[in-house]
Amino acid sequence: MKTMSKRFIDGSRIIVESAVRTGADIFIGYPITPANLIYLYASRRFKNVIPAPDEITTLQWMAGFSATGKIPVTATSFPGFALMVESIGMAFMMELPMLIILVQRLGPSTGTATGSAQGDVMLVNGVNSGGYHLPTFCVSNFEDCWKLPSAAVKTAVKLRTPVILLTSKEMVMTLQDFDTDSLEEIKPVEREFYEGQEEFMPYHPKENKVPHFLHVGNPRHQVRMTASTHDRKATLQHSTQEAISNTKRLREKMTENLKDYTYYDYEEDGNENLVFSFGTTSLASRDAVKILRSNGKKVSLLVAKTLFPIPDDYLRIITKHKKTVIAEENLTGQYRELLFGRMGKNEVRGVNAIGRMIRPEEIVEEVKR
Amino acid sequence: MNREFLSVDNMPFCGGCGHRTVAQSLEKALGRMKDLNPLDVVVVTDIGCIGIIDKQFKTHTVHGLHGRSTALAAGISMGLSEENKKVITLIGDGGATIGLQHVIEAAQRNIDMTVIVHNNMLYGMTGGQPSGLTPCGFKTPIMPEGKPMRGHDLCKLVHAAGAPYARRLIAIGDFSDVIEEALKIKGFSFIEAMEICPSYGLKYNPTRKLHEIAEEAGLEIKLWENKIGQRDDNSYRHVTINSLFDEIQPLEVNFKSDFRGRYSLLLSGSAGEGVQSAAELLSKAVISCGLSATKKGTYPVTVGVGFSTSEVIISSDPILFTGISSPDAVIVVSKDGLNKVKSSVSEMRQGFLYIDSDLNAPETKAKILSSDFRKPFGAKSAALLALLLFLSREKLIPVEALSEQVKASGIGKKIDIEKLLSCLKD
Ligand code: SF4
Repeated sequence: MKTMSKRFIDGSRIIVESAVRTGADIFIGYPITPANLIYLYASRRFKNVIPAPDEITTLQWMAGFSATGKIPVTATSFPGFALMVESIGMAFMMELPMLIILVQRLGPSTGTATGSAQGDVMLVNGVNSGGYHLPTFCVSNFEDCWKLPSAAVKTAVKLRTPVILLTSKEMVMTLQDFDTDSLEEIKPVEREFYEGQEEFMPYHPKENKVPHFLHVGNPRHQVRMTASTHDRKATLQHSTQEAISNTKRLREKMTENLKDYTYYDYEEDGNENLVFSFGTTSLASRDAVKILRSNGKKVSLLVAKTLFPIPDDYLRIITKHKKTVIAEENLTGQYRELLFGRMGKNEVRGVNAIGRMIRPEEIVEEVKR
Repeated sequence: MNREFLSVDNMPFCGGCGHRTVAQSLEKALGRMKDLNPLDVVVVTDIGCIGIIDKQFKTHTVHGLHGRSTALAAGISMGLSEENKKVITLIGDGGATIGLQHVIEAAQRNIDMTVIVHNNMLYGMTGGQPSGLTPCGFKTPIMPEGKPMRGHDLCKLVHAAGAPYARRLIAIGDFSDVIEEALKIKGFSFIEAMEICPSYGLKYNPTRKLHEIAEEAGLEIKLWENKIGQRDDNSYRHVTINSLFDEIQPLEVNFKSDFRGRYSLLLSGSAGEGVQSAAELLSKAVISCGLSATKKGTYPVTVGVGFSTSEVIISSDPILFTGISSPDAVIVVSKDGLNKVKSSVSEMRQGFLYIDSDLNAPETKAKILSSDFRKPFGAKSAALLALLLFLSREKLIPVEALSEQVKASGIGKKIDIEKLLSCLKD
């Protein structure tokens, strides 16, 4: 008889455990379905948990904590995220590390609180005025619920930025048997604070385009932060050359370091067919690929885990294949459109649905078509 | 150490702007606090004329979004662990209006910080629009006849929220002693400095004096105090557990099942009748047989009323896709439950419908099996009894695997599982 022990567990629990073990030290919560389990577990596991009166306050408090050198985390869903957007932009501009877990549910607007969806892809893509991406990860299974929150926290610290972890109702609320004992150990994030003697320039970049961090309230150097266009010293500027190149740097630090936080699963099997997916739908995609292969069909599988900025690898892999089927649980194929525009691309097809999960058979059919 | 906190020369404000007077008094007040150094102070500002003062400061400065500086500063204050730090928010009446919630919240929580509202009764930077603090009758460029309704009495609001210290003053001359007093408060202190904006306020209300405006509007120039005491420590650190995994018992494989393949089940009943926990116990029983299981619940947003439906998938292979295209069995234990799954049942082409004998089965191609689920031991045991009957018939896993899980759980104390099992023998 087998003796391997498994736990009956949901993704929320794994996500919270991962974030805490990586060193996230404060959870600021405002309840919203389907992110409530994350809040509940966080309240037991984070050593510091603060209930906020709304989502704007949530993000502002997080920014405040982050400015003092803490790593804050919150979890929300679209209606709450919408309220956070302006403040996310602020934290991005101030270059404050934090983790925002966005649990997708069926929209538009308040939609269906307990309905599953992957409809916030475009939203997250365009969260910043001017087209500046936040590193955005998307969990595709329970292993990712363990690995990606940790990677997200580390990326937030390394790049001095808010990071989004995208997930959905199905991933964080479904209970499933899972072996937690054989999960890889998580190493806590190492934080570096500016130790130089010279004046601290809060937005003077290191070689990797990321500035040193030093928290407000420290007794050694004045620290200035601002959400408005600024030079390296955080002095407000209208549009001086220095200030504009600082603004450009905000994009460059994301793209130039992208390799360090590009995560995906790729199983190559010929160059005929590729099934491309992310999030909850990637589970159906994995099933579909199994079915197709058992029917003798050659089919590769790409599961994206870093959604933004879009890694070039995805385009390279898609281009290698004669036909690609992109499966995502939204109405129009948002990620497909971000990859190929409204014009689309010959032999790139979508499998989409709203209000229900995409079934493996639908993906199988589209590949066979 | 140089103890200049802010340079009051070359300030970025129009001549005669009250912001200047506040800044001068603030610099004096800070200078008088002997143990305080510029790097012990964090000044948080945001949008509006007052916001551009931030480059004058030698302290730490954070410049954020319109009206949010109180919340941002609250986060900073809560995040700082050292005792001797001062967090100061400088905000206008426009900012205080858009961020009213933040001010009230910080006051209520008695966050250790000082908020100075520069109330010149209008938005200066954008051309003199009225704010939530503009008093009735005060004229602005977009309301030259005067604002028709009264403004907030912010000091009273903040006081009602529990602020230990809230003070309104007229921002003329030297009031550094008052600012010093506010800064020394351990906890939340609030100053509303009444000013006039020469560019817009004075232009449209040329003959009016500040103290007259305040008096007419019923805005008292005074101090409101609350006794501190409920909490002078606004940290939220609390006892935590070391691992969320340790909270749940790992499931040993101590039963055997010959089941191969994938089986999906809907269990549908009424909220508060143990449907979700019965489905969870079944799933655990399945895992204790070396199989895989997933479980999800659906219920209305008001969790205590109406239907409660659970989806369980049982599989001999690891489960990836967790949806159910068409269930192999539907178990209905109440009328609410039936209403919820009626259409899925009608669409079934095969499989089984287990239904309480008091309910009318809908038209379906599924094989209908009617039994008493509720009658023998009541509504709260119905879901479990139905699952036991289901297992004894379908033999996916041994009935004992489920009864073991029931015994090991808290439910085992409330429900006599032996009695339920005795039902199966009939
Ligand atoms: S516009 Fe009014 S509030 Fe703004 S700086 Fe000038 S006088 Fe002061």
